[in-house]
Amino acid sequence: MTLEISRTLVDAILEQSRVEYPDECCGVILGAIGSDKALRHKPMINAAHSPTFYEFDPKDLLALYREVDDNDEEIVVIYHSHTETEAYPSRTDIAYAGEPGAHYVLVSTRKEIATTPEFRSFRIIDGLVTEEPVTILE
Amino acid sequence: MAIEVRIPTILRPYTKDQKTVAAEGTTLALIISDLDANFAGMGERLLEDGALRRFINIYINDEDVRFLGGLEAPIKDGDSITILPAVAGG
Repeated sequence: MTLEISRTLVDAILEQSRVEYPDECCGVILGAIGSDKALRHKPMINAAHSPTFYEFDPKDLLALYREVDDNDEEIVVIYHSHTETEAYPSRTDIAYAGEPGAHYVLVSTRKEIATTPEFRSFRIIDGLVTEEPVTILE
Repeated sequence: MAIEVRIPTILRPYTKDQKTVAAEGTTLALIISDLDANFAGMGERLLEDGALRRFINIYINDEDVRFLGGLEAPIKDGDSITILPAVAGG
């Protein structure tokens, strides 16, 4: 279990987290069904507009799933940012994680340890969090 | 009248991995009780204290059931229902 992702996509997610700060940002990366390849970036609107919560708008969510189905894609990565805390799934992240097949990516915009941007990936299945290595393709 | 219900990945263990199942009922509440009768445990995943769970989205055709009367939303022949877990967290 490793997440392989291009430098361009990593940078795009980190940039989105900075632009949307102080709110959490969120989005998905899609890939061909069954491929586990994170290729097509789709930033989503955080309907909660909150520094401590994110939620895809229910209408956007349905449109996303329809699009994914129509394109024979799957949601490979679901990401969001933490604004002031570690890039590690919070209790609510774990409670609401509904895609057992997805890589849950967390980034953080907290300032105190900003030397290297935090970009981490997890599986969240039945309340169990497993961190996995991230391979960035240059 | 059988209504098509699309089941998200996380609930497919209840439906033996079927992506879509058929359910009977003229309101969403009746559809959910029919689902629960055929796929034990499903009701619990959709309802909490008799109300729709906050972080489960259910749509009739393209519309969120919260705007259609919730559990009392009427279902008619030819409608299709989609269940999606919210993508949310803190």
